[in-house]
Amino acid sequence: MSAPVNIAGEMPEGDPDAREVVLAARNVAKSYGQVHALKGVNFDIHRGQVTTLFGENGAGKSTLMKILSGVIQPTSGEIILDGQPVAFNNSTEAREQGISIIHQELSLAPNLSVRDNIFMGREIKGPTGVNFAEEERQTRKLMAELEEDIDPLTPVEELRLGQQQIVEIARALSVDSRILIMDEPTSALSASEVEVLFKVIRDLTAKGVSIVYISHHLEEALTITDHAVVLRDGNMTAYAPRAEIDLEWIVRNMVGENYDLGSPPDTALGQSALSIRDLTVPDPAGGFNLVDGLSLDIRAGEIVCIYGLMGAGRTELLETCAGKLRASSGEIVLEGKEVSHLSIAERIARGLALVPEDRQRDGLVQTMSVGENLSLASIASFTKGLFTQRRAERQLVDNSIREVTVKTSGPGAAIGSLSGGNQQKVVIGKMLATKPRVIMLDEPSRGIDIGAKAEVFRLLSEEARQGLAVIYSTSEVSECLSIAHRIIVMHKGRISAEFDSTVTKEKIMAASGESVAA
Amino acid sequence: MSAATTTAAANGKKKADFSIGRLLLEGRAFFALIAIIVVFSLLSPNYLTVSNLLIMSSHVAIYGILAIGMLLVILNGGIDLSVGSILALAGVSAGAMMQGLQIEAMGVILYPPVWAVVVLTCVLGALVGAVNGVLISVFKVPAFVATLGVMYVARGVALLMTNGLTYNNLSGRPELGNTGFDWLGFNRIAGVPISVIVLAVLAIIGGLMLSRSSFGRWLYASGGNERAAELSGVPTRRVKITVYTLSGMLSAVAGLVLASQLTSAGPTAGVTYELTAIAAVVIGGAALTGGRGTMRGTMLGAFVIGFLSDGLVIIGVSSYWQTVFTGAVIVLAVLLNSLQYGRGGRKG
Repeated sequence: MSAPVNIAGEMPEGDPDAREVVLAARNVAKSYGQVHALKGVNFDIHRGQVTTLFGENGAGKSTLMKILSGVIQPTSGEIILDGQPVAFNNSTEAREQGISIIHQELSLAPNLSVRDNIFMGREIKGPTGVNFAEEERQTRKLMAELEEDIDPLTPVEELRLGQQQIVEIARALSVDSRILIMDEPTSALSASEVEVLFKVIRDLTAKGVSIVYISHHLEEALTITDHAVVLRDGNMTAYAPRAEIDLEWIVRNMVGENYDLGSPPDTALGQSALSIRDLTVPDPAGGFNLVDGLSLDIRAGEIVCIYGLMGAGRTELLETCAGKLRASSGEIVLEGKEVSHLSIAERIARGLALVPEDRQRDGLVQTMSVGENLSLASIASFTKGLFTQRRAERQLVDNSIREVTVKTSGPGAAIGSLSGGNQQKVVIGKMLATKPRVIMLDEPSRGIDIGAKAEVFRLLSEEARQGLAVIYSTSEVSECLSIAHRIIVMHKGRISAEFDSTVTKEKIMAASGESVAA
Repeated sequence: MSAATTTAAANGKKKADFSIGRLLLEGRAFFALIAIIVVFSLLSPNYLTVSNLLIMSSHVAIYGILAIGMLLVILNGGIDLSVGSILALAGVSAGAMMQGLQIEAMGVILYPPVWAVVVLTCVLGALVGAVNGVLISVFKVPAFVATLGVMYVARGVALLMTNGLTYNNLSGRPELGNTGFDWLGFNRIAGVPISVIVLAVLAIIGGLMLSRSSFGRWLYASGGNERAAELSGVPTRRVKITVYTLSGMLSAVAGLVLASQLTSAGPTAGVTYELTAIAAVVIGGAALTGGRGTMRGTMLGAFVIGFLSDGLVIIGVSSYWQTVFTGAVIVLAVLLNSLQYGRGGRKG
């Protein structure tokens, strides 16, 4: 089953040195029936150091982390803690040994306050029930440590996604663990929040805490890691200390090809496709406007990238254009016609489509199949009279699957059976099937691997070549400098800068209001 | 019933690993119904006769019609507790109309013909259902609370209309031209009770609507993930109001059928019928969280409940035991539902 793999660097073997290595995996394998998620992985976590796991979606990173944190049990192989073989039956046992994990998917109770979430399940007992004052004090201390201005009594559902992630991190920090596993902790954080997190990580390692770090954000991970482990298809393909590696090395071992998100398609731009005039969206909670008198023109065949930090107003801008949020003033003109008063459905019919940021929450219907999800936004196109036409639908779905290259066992497959990247392609395919004139994608690369990311960008640039106007938002600078003709930087609801595709990363970051990391 | 064997085709997946366990799990309502028929046939020679099956089916018709509406609401991720009360209100309203509508200002009494009574009653049910829908979708009242309130109000209005009494004379008078109300409950076409035919027609229309119309797709999508459906251009608010309206209208139909079968319309009819309807939908494999469920399953669920309770009556088991059995079947059904959706739901 497993093809011979060339291991770059040195593969850890035999008994780990208990002084150096706090936790080690030896020949760990995990199978789900016929599916081999992990095929005998060896891997060391060094005391007081950061070990980063690299790999595409489905490479087995999360499986390995779940095994180390006791969430699932390996089919075969050994976990060695402090030189002693251990077997965790559940995550509580692992936590008692000082291993805790920050999950990729947020696991917070949205209705509870920040304080209650952080102490959920291990409330501090006082003489009269829970000692809320003490919990609140500790929460404030954690928030100060993470340099985040969040009141401990705020319900989590009122926080931005990035702030929710901070709370998730704070919860893991509040347990004094020896080994902290972080599965994509920064996917929703702004650059300055990432900086703070890295400072916290350095403090922790200085105290002797070992960190296991997983991120799709390679450059970011490289700045913090001490060791790199690369997984591909359930095998470990490379293992090396930081000093011996660079970005190209990681990517080569991850995908086996060059990391290239493409360049702007050289097509003649057409007429104005979408024109936004003085758009203002107020904050429902009061305070500053989410979008503040913003104007923007996009022409047919043009690709525009909107870069900005969390809270810069990117999502609000795109959702207002799509009709989900209401603007207090301003115009949205699609191909010469005002659309601000139209419903979401009418805007989609006119050719204005949005691929939302959070595909689990806003993009997919989990109870429906891949095919039904793909055809959801264009039901009218295959409905004649009272009934939907099966053949027409099948054709539409087959075309979509081919066009956006979804890897699936068929249109009837459950949507949950797809990997993150393929799920994202389904959401994009669904909106492309409506034959839009303008497509807006909010963070299309969030939580998907490099291979899928490159495919998504290739697809968008192909669509633009055929006259589609594309707007996408991102919080990764490297994604700005790919297929976009124009880069718009947003800051506090306004456009703070506009660049063409020859700009440097530093200039973009400076315009977004974040400090450029030295 | 042969349609039930194609359950897997509707789901369109997992055809490859078609094990016995899987088959039993997915067709559980069907196999439960078979088991019930077999067991009671062995216990009583009168059970498996054409006439008994038809009588039992006409009992099922009431629950079945309610369950169709309930399925639509549950697919949308909601719940409708008011169907039993709307059923009673509809029956009483029809009864009142059969007695004659007094318009005091003009000093006349109107005797609408039966077809008009039926249409007006259905409109009334639809209006009450629409109130549910508007409360839930526009005013964001939780479905449980909104329909609970309407359940009390509708019941109260039904009691007020008759002062708690029952209309016993629904036959109308030939000279007024409003006879024939008993047609729904008593007549047969080719030996099949009209009520069963009404159920079958409504189930087929409903089933086609769910599986083949764009409205059906909207309903499944907004029940599965309302936010995603809305962003895909599904008119989620309209879908929601429509399902509650349809549920109210179907309750009125059930009320008419019941009044006709009993030849009387009482304000206390249909108490706890909403729970029986919910049970039928759940036994039929629908998920209370919305987005999953089929018309075929719901019909099987209604027949399981009806055939079980009638069977227990036939073999002479105390009605207290019937309650216990029905409860046990419901719990078992929900258990199996979570088994089915819990496994394939998340990761596939």
